[in-house]
Amino acid sequence: MEAKGLTYLFVGLSFALYIGIAFWSRAKSTNDFYVAGKGVHPVANGMATAADWMSAASFISMAGLIAFLGRDGSVYLMGWTGGYVLLALLLAPYLRKFGQYTVPDFIGTRYYSNAARLVAVICLIFVSFTYVAGQMRGVGIVFSRFLEVDIDVGVVIGMVIVFFYAVMGGMKGITYTQVAQYCVMIFAYLVPAIFISILITGNPIPQLGFGDTLVNSPTYLLDKLDQVTTDLGFNAYTENTKSNIDIFCITAALMFGTAGLPHVIVRFFTVPKVSDARKSAGYALVFIALLYTTAPAVAAFARINFIDSIQDVNYSVAPNWFKNWENVGLIAWRDKNKDGKIQYSAGNALEGVRPVYSDTRGDSGERVLDNKPNSTNSNEVYIDRDIMVLANPEIAKLPGWVIALVAAGGLAAALSTAAGLLLVISSSISHDLLKKTFMPKITEREELLYARIAAGFAILIAGLFGIYPPAFVAQVVAFAFGLAASTIFPALLMGIFSKRLNKEGAIAGMLSGLIFTASYIVYFKFLYTSLNNSENWFLGISPEGIGFLGMLVNFFIALTVSYFTAKPPEEINLMVENIRRP
Amino acid sequence: MKNRNSNQEYWRANLKIVSVLLLVWFVVSFGFGILWSETLDQIQIGGFKLGFWFAQQGSIYVFVILIFIYVFLMNRLDKKYFESNDRD
Repeated sequence: MEAKGLTYLFVGLSFALYIGIAFWSRAKSTNDFYVAGKGVHPVANGMATAADWMSAASFISMAGLIAFLGRDGSVYLMGWTGGYVLLALLLAPYLRKFGQYTVPDFIGTRYYSNAARLVAVICLIFVSFTYVAGQMRGVGIVFSRFLEVDIDVGVVIGMVIVFFYAVMGGMKGITYTQVAQYCVMIFAYLVPAIFISILITGNPIPQLGFGDTLVNSPTYLLDKLDQVTTDLGFNAYTENTKSNIDIFCITAALMFGTAGLPHVIVRFFTVPKVSDARKSAGYALVFIALLYTTAPAVAAFARINFIDSIQDVNYSVAPNWFKNWENVGLIAWRDKNKDGKIQYSAGNALEGVRPVYSDTRGDSGERVLDNKPNSTNSNEVYIDRDIMVLANPEIAKLPGWVIALVAAGGLAAALSTAAGLLLVISSSISHDLLKKTFMPKITEREELLYARIAAGFAILIAGLFGIYPPAFVAQVVAFAFGLAASTIFPALLMGIFSKRLNKEGAIAGMLSGLIFTASYIVYFKFLYTSLNNSENWFLGISPEGIGFLGMLVNFFIALTVSYFTAKPPEEINLMVENIRRP
Repeated sequence: MKNRNSNQEYWRANLKIVSVLLLVWFVVSFGFGILWSETLDQIQIGGFKLGFWFAQQGSIYVFVILIFIYVFLMNRLDKKYFESNDRD
């Protein structure tokens, strides 16, 4: 009860802070609305970029995912940070020099073509909406577990908050709320991580505790984890299970995809100078690395804590968090051997993907399931990986205020990313579709009004995704990165580094990257899901990694087509020379 | 014309910096973290196998350092080619 009161307090205070900031930084012009008046300090922009980038997936899901994947989870750690090196060295300074408002704007101008602009807008909207759907689900999970309100109510509250500061403040409002959200988020992530690191290893720095020995034992944490996981029939925690080529391609697709995500790129349009854009990418990665180097430590702590606290424990005395998450529907227990104790090991406990609960309670008081038990293994526990970070403080028996803090942090992560995405969607509609393509005569005031209307509509659609989550959310994440890597990133890169690339090449490249990547993902993820295994994959590359090949296809087609068609006009030559100068 | 030449020189110097840094970026993440990580695992530092450490910690630290080296080198380059020109 105490934790719940504190959660209301923390979440309420953080929301009040965001609204206050939004009111203070209202947007007065399109320049304010799209790029925060280009007056954001590089450190502030670094924080805002970090908050923009680190979504509900990074904050809530990633450590849980790594906890269960072990070493295979490294693809996310390297993939989602290494992209910033590409962004800093290859894109950010030049796009800042270009100085326009959106990513399609650069593509449309550099390739002197509204068709190229349109292809970019379509890719952008697809990538961004994919992403938003995940954020709203994150908001729903946090609200339903910690504030015990309906998921729908939670989503609506989230929508109202985002609506308030995104529509009113535009990029300016979003930037300064993101700075606040970063602080809330990182504090909420580090505090429990430090506590748990001290509890398990005695070392207050999680990054070091991760490689340290257990308290009162000469055994290293990772060695213990390898032993426990193999004893239970899993792969050893620090061993790879995927093939090297697949790990390589997934990491590459995530890196190039990260560098091609429009909502991250536009953050670098908001700083005053080219040199600030470079610096700001560095700060952004520092702020991101703070969470990303902590996450694998949290993952290892969580895995070992989770196993320790439930293995062979009688359900009647099982910890409260286990029953709370069971009530939310993200944990299930089926007493296969009828001994009243929880046994956790490798394999799916149940037939079917998700547990289906009936309304009755079993002999030990557990929620009875309609699923058939999976008889090929003795695992009795279903657990949704998304809950690990949220449940971790409870599993480690940390005080109520830490749990409340994590709830506020999860909301900050989800809301800051949602706002950033909604802004790029609305600005690509009002600026690229209306002002630059279909209604060039509108005044700046009208464009600002349309931007606000578009933001409002985008929020409504995102909210609908949260209330009626499409079943395919998990599958489409591969889509977002694959498409960003195979369409937007190559178009931007070649636009800067090649003067020869013309409009025909760029459009052909984007379309071929798009079609190649999308059809591979649709084939394995939607049409023939039973064939989705390494035997059938092209060169052993999974749909998650195919964006990397899509990018190579794009480069090849774009350069070949350009070679056989007319050179770009002289003013494009001058434009490229201009963006190459700081 | 002189201006145009110095622009090209600046761009070439820029490309050199970017390629060297990206080579390091590739070797540390794709090399140490993936392709040669199992060989590096033979070396143990504290509780970490080295390949595992690069994949889950080390590569991220190197990424941060690379960007700041880039910032430093580019600021120096900008100064050499542009700020001194302004004063002439």
